[in-house]
Amino acid sequence: MSLRSDEETPDGFPETPVIAVRGIAKHFGSIQALRSVDLDVHKGEVVGLIGDNGAGKSTLVNILSGALQPNAGAILLDGQPVNFTSSLEARRAGIETVYQDLSLAPDLSVWQNIFLGREKTVKGPLRYMGWLDRRAMVREAAEDLDRTHIRIGSVNSLAGRLSGGQRQAIAVGRAVSWGSRVLLMDEPTAALGVEQQETVGELIRSVSSHGVPILLITHNLPQVHKLADRVAVLFHGRIVADLRCSEVTVDDMVSWITGAALGTERHAG
Amino acid sequence: MSLRVPSALTPAGTTSNGSGSEGGRSERSAWLNAVDRFGDYWMLGVFVIMLLVFGLLSPSHDLFTRASWLNISQYAVEFLLLAIGQTFVIITGGIDLSDGAVLGFTGMVAGVVMQGLLNSHANVTLTTVAGFATALALGALIGFVNGYLITRLKLPPFIVTLGSLTAIGAGATPLINGGNEVINLPSQIGTIGQTLIGGWIYVPVLVAGLSCVFMGLLLHRTRFGLRTYAIGSNGTGARRAGIKVDNHLVKVYTLSGLLAGLAGMMVMANFTDASPLAGQNDELNAIAAVVIGGASLFGGRGHMLGTVVGTFIIALLVTGLVLIGVSGSWQEVATGVIVVAAVAGDQVRLRLADR
Repeated sequence: MSLRSDEETPDGFPETPVIAVRGIAKHFGSIQALRSVDLDVHKGEVVGLIGDNGAGKSTLVNILSGALQPNAGAILLDGQPVNFTSSLEARRAGIETVYQDLSLAPDLSVWQNIFLGREKTVKGPLRYMGWLDRRAMVREAAEDLDRTHIRIGSVNSLAGRLSGGQRQAIAVGRAVSWGSRVLLMDEPTAALGVEQQETVGELIRSVSSHGVPILLITHNLPQVHKLADRVAVLFHGRIVADLRCSEVTVDDMVSWITGAALGTERHAG
Repeated sequence: MSLRVPSALTPAGTTSNGSGSEGGRSERSAWLNAVDRFGDYWMLGVFVIMLLVFGLLSPSHDLFTRASWLNISQYAVEFLLLAIGQTFVIITGGIDLSDGAVLGFTGMVAGVVMQGLLNSHANVTLTTVAGFATALALGALIGFVNGYLITRLKLPPFIVTLGSLTAIGAGATPLINGGNEVINLPSQIGTIGQTLIGGWIYVPVLVAGLSCVFMGLLLHRTRFGLRTYAIGSNGTGARRAGIKVDNHLVKVYTLSGLLAGLAGMMVMANFTDASPLAGQNDELNAIAAVVIGGASLFGGRGHMLGTVVGTFIIALLVTGLVLIGVSGSWQEVATGVIVVAAVAGDQVRLRLADR
């Protein structure tokens, strides 16, 4: 792989980043949403992406998840350049997005939601009719959720009957069970109560401890400070700071988001 | 120039679900499950009560006779076949107002085709087969066009199928055979309609029953069925999961048209003629049967067994009212009331679930 030389980052990560963003730019007409964004996410890392409304967070997420195409720059997945024309392609390459609305079908059961779009069919002649292998999917769904330490009473419950935290857990469990290499989470706790935010926090730590890195897009600074290893701050379409959570306070993050820190420290990028 | 505003500009965290206190969650679930279960089975209760009421009120308990069963089941075939296709359509969150008109139209076209073949001394059996092929292919074609317009032009199903209903039912059908019934049909058609199996089941009833079983398995046991629910429950989510939503919808409407074509042939067999009046207003009975059977007009919910019970509730209502001597207009009123009650019940259920 050609990019092995770009190793030994100051953070001390020895291996190629799972996902590397290089010089991504995107404009909508005359609005420059992103100007040359660079970002690395390594194996097992939780990286927060923070910034004020309009800073470009969603644009960046949409580009990474394949919903938008950048005007310039490259995305490298395990060092290999990738190019997505649709979210399905991004997903096939291993970039899973847990959308803010979770994308669950409330009238379907947990296992049906987990396997939607890649249903298992039985062997034998009935497979030509698309006959579902219900037993296998129920079993595997339970195993998948178990592996990520997600506790749902029964994978046969309807998704719409679960609490917000449980729904979030299923969306994450589904993303992980698709064999994702990197997980994008868009405002995972925006709609949740305090206790459930805690549960999702545990979930995020559990997933990343299995080696799947997470890019966490959120407004919730105390939470991202607690959960993430690093935060990247977007300001006017540029990453202006890459902070280690252990070395900064929430107030430091606020001053980067609002641009106040730019006046006192030297400009990044 | 159209600017796409990045979604970052819209306030985050505005989803409606999941907030609020989570304390009474398990208690609430038990209550909701009870509501759900009631919602799934209330129509069975209604059916039993109707059976008892009409049975007791009918002179010398005529309802519980073989003749009455034959009558009800034969009557039910017509909109049971339509209701099967309608079940799929409604579960996707759509509606097919054209299926009654398609029933009449396909029956008339098949009738004219068979009459023409008979007049040119074609083989009777082949003529019958050609009639079936015509009706099924024509029904499927109309369904395909409905689905195509709905998905490719992004038109509401209500408008597209209302257009088909008008164009076909009021426009095209009366033009065929000068608006007259087609009586000169192969003898097999009459045989299909009149043959009793084991003394209890007319062949069209058997055809409708087998269709129910097959389509029920398709809906509840296969990938096609699961995706039908997924599209009605969360279309965006289904698309994100890699389901080709538009293609799926076209298939669902095609299926509905195909079944309407089959219904056209079965109605023809029942009456041993093809009538331009066949199928009129049947779409409403079919939709009513599906909704009474527990389907939600908002999509994502419904089941085939419910549709069967819903169909028999309507068939029983009409036949029962005739038995106890209530006039035809009141039957229509009763059907209307039941439909509104079923939709209202669905609404109440949704509101409870949202709380």
